[in-house]
Amino acid sequence: MSVLLFAEHDNAELKPATLNVVTAAATLGEVTILVAGSGCSAVAEAAAKITGITKVLIADAEVYAHGLAENVTPLLVELSKDFDYLVAPATTTGKNLMPRVAALLDVAQISDITAIESGDTFVRPIYAGNAMATVQSSDPIKVITVRTTAFEAVAPEGASAAIEEISVTDDAGKSSFVGEDLTESERPELTSAKIVISGGRGMQSGDNFQMLEQIADKLGAAVGASRAAVDAGFVPNDYQVGQTGKVVAPELYIAVGISGAIQHLAGMKDSKVIVAINKDEEAPIFQIADYGLCMDLFDAMPQLSAELDK
Amino acid sequence: MKVLVAVKRVVDYNVNVRVKSDQTGVETTNVKMSMNPFDEIAVEEGLRLKESGSAEELIAVSIGTGQSRETIRTALAMGADRGILVETDVAVEPLGVAKLLKAIVGKESPGLIILGKQAIDDDSNQTGQMLSAMLDWSQGTFVSKLAFEDGKTRATREVDGGLETVLLEMPSVLTVDLRLNEPRYASLPNIMKAKKKPIDTMTPEDLSVDVTPRLNTLKVVEPPPRASGVMLDSVADLVDKLKNEAKVI
Ligand SMILES: Cc1cc2nc3c(=O)[nH]c(=O)nc-3n(C[C@H](O)[C@H](O)[C@H](O)COP(=O)(O)OP(=O)(O)OC[C@H]3O[C@@H](n4cnc5c(N)ncnc54)[C@H](O)[C@@H]3O)c2cc1C
Ligand SMILES: Cc1cc2nc3c(=O)[nH]c(=O)nc-3n(C[C@H](O)[C@H](O)[C@H](O)COP(=O)(O)OP(=O)(O)OC[C@H]3O[C@@H](n4cnc5c(N)ncnc54)[C@H](O)[C@@H]3O)c2cc1C
Repeated sequence: MSVLLFAEHDNAELKPATLNVVTAAATLGEVTILVAGSGCSAVAEAAAKITGITKVLIADAEVYAHGLAENVTPLLVELSKDFDYLVAPATTTGKNLMPRVAALLDVAQISDITAIESGDTFVRPIYAGNAMATVQSSDPIKVITVRTTAFEAVAPEGASAAIEEISVTDDAGKSSFVGEDLTESERPELTSAKIVISGGRGMQSGDNFQMLEQIADKLGAAVGASRAAVDAGFVPNDYQVGQTGKVVAPELYIAVGISGAIQHLAGMKDSKVIVAINKDEEAPIFQIADYGLCMDLFDAMPQLSAELDK
Repeated sequence: MKVLVAVKRVVDYNVNVRVKSDQTGVETTNVKMSMNPFDEIAVEEGLRLKESGSAEELIAVSIGTGQSRETIRTALAMGADRGILVETDVAVEPLGVAKLLKAIVGKESPGLIILGKQAIDDDSNQTGQMLSAMLDWSQGTFVSKLAFEDGKTRATREVDGGLETVLLEMPSVLTVDLRLNEPRYASLPNIMKAKKKPIDTMTPEDLSVDVTPRLNTLKVVEPPPRASGVMLDSVADLVDKLKNEAKVI
């Protein structure tokens, strides 16, 4: 069986999500990585080193610079003839692109898989992770997005696969990139961080998030948030953890001033250790926490910061 | 311009869903059902386009059993002009939903189609992208801001790294994210008025679309439960536990 894996990158660097998807893809067959972008040869070189890779295809052209789904889809459809599986991480890039490819191949997409039972049978969460469905696909080619936190990352070094340049497709002429407003941060990326500290509505303001940032820097953690905190404008949208935001599964997740709505739990309940800090002892977050601290966060945060300096 | 919105009937987001003991799915009998929250945002956006003069007519489409008529009524009560129900007992997959919507687009010729970014029951996040591909239209997914300029759609999208803005040729398919707008509540007079608004009913056969599922659900189970935790008395205690018991810091 052969698998084409769509690499997640920003033309300069390969995103770590790709490494987790390789683990899933390798259980299905021989893995070829596709790097579609503009001026992305460094990404292809990094991809060629990933343990377990057979080949890297690079499609380097301006039309792929910003990953516009209308432009990348024809490339994947063209390449699909040679593969049994097309896989991508269930990131906003993968979610934007893969259903478009599946539709043109007239196959169902299997979204956000968390386990592989066999070559045609997969497990995926439904209802905000309150149920796990095992689904079997009857389609000749399987289009899959992978929940990266459900699979270990492979080693980024170890192989030296061949890099093959492939011919590129035309601009679909449907859309163009205007600009982006990306959150700049020195901290680790939310979905791959080993420790995440998230704040909710209880934080009361964006300024108060500085308390979490200070602690995050001491722990080497990423900062996340509940939807309520994002909606209130305390932090940008890319901080949102949950059913309709990002899914994280770090070694340690610290929830501060978050009540624990099912939509939030959907994004973090697979974390190894969960700490909840909330002043309401009835808050549902305590039901899934390994360590609960019923305390006012405005007392707890300065204390935690001081304790970590000891 | 006509605008089409797709509205799905789902288990209300406040319901604590329970997996059926025979592992065939989740319990949906005697459970509160509502319009998918993202689709309320889609309807609201359609209404605002009408109110600003960008759209003349807003049509709400749903695919499902006869009970999905209630979901269409909700959209009509919010202010949509008319409804279309594609009635079927099959749990239609996104691929099938997209094909049905494409067939309706063939009849109605809208300039814009607005969907939710995901339905909160099956969490597939596929339908809008699939529809856009089948129509060979532009797509703007996870939209949190929308404007029209020079006959194009300017869409700001919520992406993993932050926000991205794209310019889309019309016609276009949009899928909406949480922060695009705050949906209105239907007023009582509008709920009354909605009862008189037309809902066209048809079947997948009428539209010559095969909705046979491609995925067979073998079983649905509860996720493994987490072991119960402990309540601690102090921050010092917490740090001690994290260092010496859990060994995560
Ligand atoms: C379609 C849909 C999708 C959604 N998707 C998501 C999602 O992806 N992610 C998400 O998070 N939510 C999501 N939600 C929202 C979710 O339902 C909850 O509304 C949200 O998670 C609540 O955020 P919160 O816990 O910060 O706020 P609240 O529920 O208001 O809780 C605040 C908590 O802070 C505590 N607190 C207040 N002050 C202090 C203090 N001084 N010290 C200590 N504790 C304090 C309170 O006791 C309370 O428990 C979604 C909802 C819908 C309808
Ligand atoms: C436990 C379980 C088992 C299931 N098993 C099967 C199965 O074996 N076979 C099968 O075919 N289906 C099955 N289904 C149902 C089916 O998978 C989903 O309803 C379907 O996949 C739609 O996915 P989604 O709603 O998540 O789509 P998404 O792509 O997340 O929906 C995005 C948007 O598309 C629009 N939309 C989607 N569906 C509709 C609709 N019906 N009417 C109007 N607008 C819509 C809405 O605007 C929505 O916001 C099952 C569902 C569950 C919960």
